[in-house]
Amino acid sequence: MNPKVFDKLKTLAEAAKYDVSCASSGTTRNNPGKNLGTAAGWGICHSFTEDGRCVSLLKIMLTNHCIYDCGYCMNRRSNDIPRSTFSVSELVELTIEFYRRNYIEGLFLSSGIVRNADYTMERMVRVAKDLRLVHKYNGYIHLKSIPGASRELIAEAGMYADRLSCNIEMPSEESLRIIAPDKDYQSVYRPMHYIQQGFLQSAEDKKKYRHAPRFAPAGQSTQMIIGATPDDDNRILHLADALYQRPAMKRVYYSGYIHINTYDTRLPALPTPPLVRENRLYQADWLMRFYQFKVDEIVDEKHTHLDLEIDPKLAWALRHPENFPVNIHTADYETILRIPGIGVKSATLIVSSRRFGRLTSEHLKKMGVVMKRARYFITCNELQAFTVQEVGTEYVRRALIAPPKKKKDERQLILNFE
Amino acid sequence: MLYFIYDNTFDGLLTCVFDAFNRREFPEKIVGENIQLPLFTESFQVITDETKSDRVLKALRGKISKSALDMLFIDYLSELEGIEMILFRYIRKTLISKFSIEMNFADPDVLELSKIYRKVTREEERVRQFVRFQKTADGVFFAIMDPIYNVLPLSVRFFQNRFADQPWIIYDVRRKYGLYYDLKSVETVQFDPLDVSFETGKLSAGKLDDYESAFQDLWKDYLKAITIQERKNLRLQRQFMPKRFWKYLVEKN
Repeated sequence: MNPKVFDKLKTLAEAAKYDVSCASSGTTRNNPGKNLGTAAGWGICHSFTEDGRCVSLLKIMLTNHCIYDCGYCMNRRSNDIPRSTFSVSELVELTIEFYRRNYIEGLFLSSGIVRNADYTMERMVRVAKDLRLVHKYNGYIHLKSIPGASRELIAEAGMYADRLSCNIEMPSEESLRIIAPDKDYQSVYRPMHYIQQGFLQSAEDKKKYRHAPRFAPAGQSTQMIIGATPDDDNRILHLADALYQRPAMKRVYYSGYIHINTYDTRLPALPTPPLVRENRLYQADWLMRFYQFKVDEIVDEKHTHLDLEIDPKLAWALRHPENFPVNIHTADYETILRIPGIGVKSATLIVSSRRFGRLTSEHLKKMGVVMKRARYFITCNELQAFTVQEVGTEYVRRALIAPPKKKKDERQLILNFE
Repeated sequence: MLYFIYDNTFDGLLTCVFDAFNRREFPEKIVGENIQLPLFTESFQVITDETKSDRVLKALRGKISKSALDMLFIDYLSELEGIEMILFRYIRKTLISKFSIEMNFADPDVLELSKIYRKVTREEERVRQFVRFQKTADGVFFAIMDPIYNVLPLSVRFFQNRFADQPWIIYDVRRKYGLYYDLKSVETVQFDPLDVSFETGKLSAGKLDDYESAFQDLWKDYLKAITIQERKNLRLQRQFMPKRFWKYLVEKN
């Protein structure tokens, strides 16, 4: 093995680390030919880094040379960092050998842009093609589609990849134009559109021919950077909602901005990444995808920012106390799902168990309902008093905001010299 | 106090159910053969009989769904203390009830079994996540695991399907058996592996493939490079990847 591979791996993994997506879900593929690899449907996380993020795919760049100069990016042209490039065979070998040891679920390949979009995209497609056709590799492949890549290359990429993604990066076109002058929304939306067309076309073919080739069966995803521009949560979530309306769009990721290029004055110098805001956005995203909330119920013109102190579901409940308390014996599933403290799992358990008899708060607790929250919003047989109607929204809010954790070391003697 | 004694197999447990109904005598506790009984207890030795257990299975099939039936076996693999009685009560309630009780999570046994089911399948998922194969000089991929529940039987199909073109062994340290795939089928083999450290899960260097340690180093380097220092959160890491798995993870020792 070439000893240079060690250096390349370090440089190019480091270059790829700010991409959030790591999902290996969305495709189920068996291995009838008795070759290497399957895709597991839900995806599997094989390790976790010290920042608590899951490592499911070998997330790596083909090269970190780049002709663009985007303000938020570590690999921008004007940065003086070590640059290197993998050869196709090196990358293929790494993927296969890691996979055989059960280190990874597959490959997530991205790249800096060399020469032009199509030249870069073609090399990336070659890696995927080699894995699939030469090595009969059956595991997961996620390819980044380069902004501005042609329809033909996207079509070829979709044949080998499980998921394609194209990052929007900035929640509004004005911000993108200021911070990444080489890119525009057109160059991002066009590949996205090609992917969507390929996805729909393949679904259509599948109805006619059972063995029609699959096109990116796990759909596409995208990513936005949060906190680098003045765009508010209202804008971000409405954009996410619009993206989710597209048939092939499976995930929108939110990435809290990290101030890497400290010399760039177009970007705010945040001391720490906005992690709480990022978390609230993901919670809102979940409400849209799994809790049947509409985006307008979470944010609107009046509430342009998500409440950082309480989660968006509780915030919605406190804005609409007229919907509570809910009787868990008579309410339908959708209504129960909207009660703070009750999630998808416990809502399902409640709906299926209540047919057998009355449920008490003890039952609910055992089913995993967080009674600390839920008790203000439900009635079952015994709990009558102290719902949000009696005590008022302001009281509930204060009661549920966790007091700031103070860590005091009892063993330490405190001396005040004043 | 009536104790039933059985042979620590799932069929044995089902035979207990059959015998109990047959004798109209229901045990207070069901214990394995090697357990020392307390003084002054009445006990009954159950002799495992497949025709009896098949009849119980057949009766259950008519009452509950296939997934609930699978759940019973998976719960049994938890090997938790007292799991026999929970399963026994669940089966008894199912057999005497007019309709299936499987969705009644207000029943403590139903809820408990569904919770144990979640724990066992979670452990099985962790085996899928954290198995780390080492390539040996003779081309076999070897991994060592220490799961708290007996979940290797549940992951056979997954590994067989995924790593179909390489021979592999996954060894359960706690229960002293392994799964061996020889490119054709998976067999359960009892053995005491030599040349492997139970502290680190590492094979001795002489047994390894020439490039094995290089790939292990590459993997460690990769994980270091992919970490974002600004977002460091060790608690979150431990939450997803509990410490008890670290001893056999390449990247952690």
